[in-house]
Amino acid sequence: MTDTAFRTGATERRFSLDLRALSPFIALVVLIIAGSLVNPDFLTISNLTNVATRSAFIAIIAVGATFVIASGGLDLSVGSMAALVAGVMILTLNKVGGADSATLVAGMAAAIGLSVACGLANGLIVTFGRIEPFIVTLGTMGIFRSLVVWLAAGGTITMRNADLRELYRPIYFGDIFGIPIPIIVFLVVAGIGALILYKTSFGRHVVALGSNEEVARYSGVPIWRVRTLVYVIQGVCVGIAVLVYVPRLGSATPTTGLLWELQAITAVVVGGTALKGGIGRIGGTVIGAIILELVANIMVLSNFVSEFLVGAVQGAIIIVAMLLQRSLHRGR
Amino acid sequence: MRKTALKLATAAGLFAGLTGVAIAQSKNVTIGVSIPAATHGWTGGVVYHAQEAAKQLEKTYPGLKVIVKTSPDGASQANALDDLSAQKIDALVVLPFNSDELTNPVKEVKKRGTFITVVDRGLKDATIQDIYVAGNNPEFGRVAGKYFVDTLKQGNVVVFRGIPTVIDEERVSNFEKALEGSGVKVIDKQYANWNRDDAFRVMQDFLSKHPKIDAVWASDDDMALGVMEAIRQGKREDIKFVLGGAGMKDIVKRVMDGDKMIPANVSYPPGMIATAMNVTAAQFFTNAPMRGTYVLNALLITKDNAKNYYYPDSPF
Repeated sequence: MTDTAFRTGATERRFSLDLRALSPFIALVVLIIAGSLVNPDFLTISNLTNVATRSAFIAIIAVGATFVIASGGLDLSVGSMAALVAGVMILTLNKVGGADSATLVAGMAAAIGLSVACGLANGLIVTFGRIEPFIVTLGTMGIFRSLVVWLAAGGTITMRNADLRELYRPIYFGDIFGIPIPIIVFLVVAGIGALILYKTSFGRHVVALGSNEEVARYSGVPIWRVRTLVYVIQGVCVGIAVLVYVPRLGSATPTTGLLWELQAITAVVVGGTALKGGIGRIGGTVIGAIILELVANIMVLSNFVSEFLVGAVQGAIIIVAMLLQRSLHRGR
Repeated sequence: MRKTALKLATAAGLFAGLTGVAIAQSKNVTIGVSIPAATHGWTGGVVYHAQEAAKQLEKTYPGLKVIVKTSPDGASQANALDDLSAQKIDALVVLPFNSDELTNPVKEVKKRGTFITVVDRGLKDATIQDIYVAGNNPEFGRVAGKYFVDTLKQGNVVVFRGIPTVIDEERVSNFEKALEGSGVKVIDKQYANWNRDDAFRVMQDFLSKHPKIDAVWASDDDMALGVMEAIRQGKREDIKFVLGGAGMKDIVKRVMDGDKMIPANVSYPPGMIATAMNVTAAQFFTNAPMRGTYVLNALLITKDNAKNYYYPDSPF
């Protein structure tokens, strides 16, 4: 008797968990249906690949943000960091000069190196300074942003070598077997992220730290190391996003990456990760990033929303999508 | 102290019975310049032109000292104004962050007898300023609209708006007014925040939505660059040209080189800060009357005159 009751309980719990993880996908499907009703051009392959490709930056950054938020932290500096890393990468490319892959590798190395350093700085200050991550990353957000403004002297940092630009361009605009490269990159990043979060002890430590720091400490989780490392992972993700971002327009301006931090956090939360930490869902995060880009796309394609009201309708759609998700798993 | 020195110098000049020019040469005048820090392309241009003008004016008028201060936001600009007036300036040239926040701080400076020149964004109380130098936003939209009517004659146009502000509203409504009665039709408009990435995104969506677009009014050079990249990716041949605005050097260079997609541009020069500084200095060093309002025209930049608008050393 007890045995059977126990078993049904377990299956029920697993079922509802699956549904919770599924709900972002359901929201996505509903949005796609809504989009196709708004404008028949919405369902064209070219439109959908445009949207998926555009969502790549936020999706990649949001994979890193999933780690930070699951561990109970927050990183507001990612948008400014992306701008700074993009600026430094372009300056490096201009300095090295030649239109060959060696130059590109040098630029990429500079980008990844700097983003790791920025992430490490965030992580070390949060961990060893024992300051709220909100304050630390708000500070570095201002620092990174001013540095890129200073490097650009208020103007634009542009790739000067036109041949190099053509060589690099396919990283955003090219495709492999019809799938745009940015989409492949974000799928790979999400795959590796999921592997680390779900299949390694480090991943379990991240979640343990986010759900209860005291318990995690007494259970022997190396809290300081884990906490520093999640910000480094966030940095690496920003670096990868920049590698895909720079070939698109070949320039960085003081407005590059503005508000990306909010979009990344929104993608993470829409994807089902709890803002207070303790739960991390990489798959949901990726869907969340696509949902955000999709909502913006539907707004432009629709004919009945005045350009003055786009922001309001966008906000309403996101709230309704979240309410739908919530009611889905409350109903079970 | 400085006032006394000034009076003495003037008195000495009068004693000697010299002409106005000679009086000017013995004067000591300090002009404070308060402008926004270089937070985006256009203000970057403002900073550049202010610094260039400061160097050139100090060379032209011996005895003139120009202090340029940049501030990252309205509140710090109010503080910067305090610092400047503590340095006993004779004149203030100010490009305010916004009208509401800075009207009172500028009024305080005025109370000390400082000569006030306001640039681009007018204050709430127009009696504060002695000189007002501004760009012409309605004209900016009208010139662009007229260009579409003249070159396109008829067709479908998509419009990119900036950030919802008075500047943007004046530009867009006058653009549409200029199109009235012509065959040129605005089929869509969206905000893209004077930002390249946003413009790229919106243009991709416009391309999916509209099978035939004849031309694009990007209304800003940063947005024009994002638009161009989206058109290139979409491989669309129907779009004849993209018109930006503000005279960014990369765009002006392409107009100069005869790029078919960018045949023209409309000026909204960040150099207007230099105009204001020149007029202000002239108030002290010449006998010509200077007080008044100066509105700089928004001019059409084409291949023929582009070299007059090309500043290769400016960051913008």
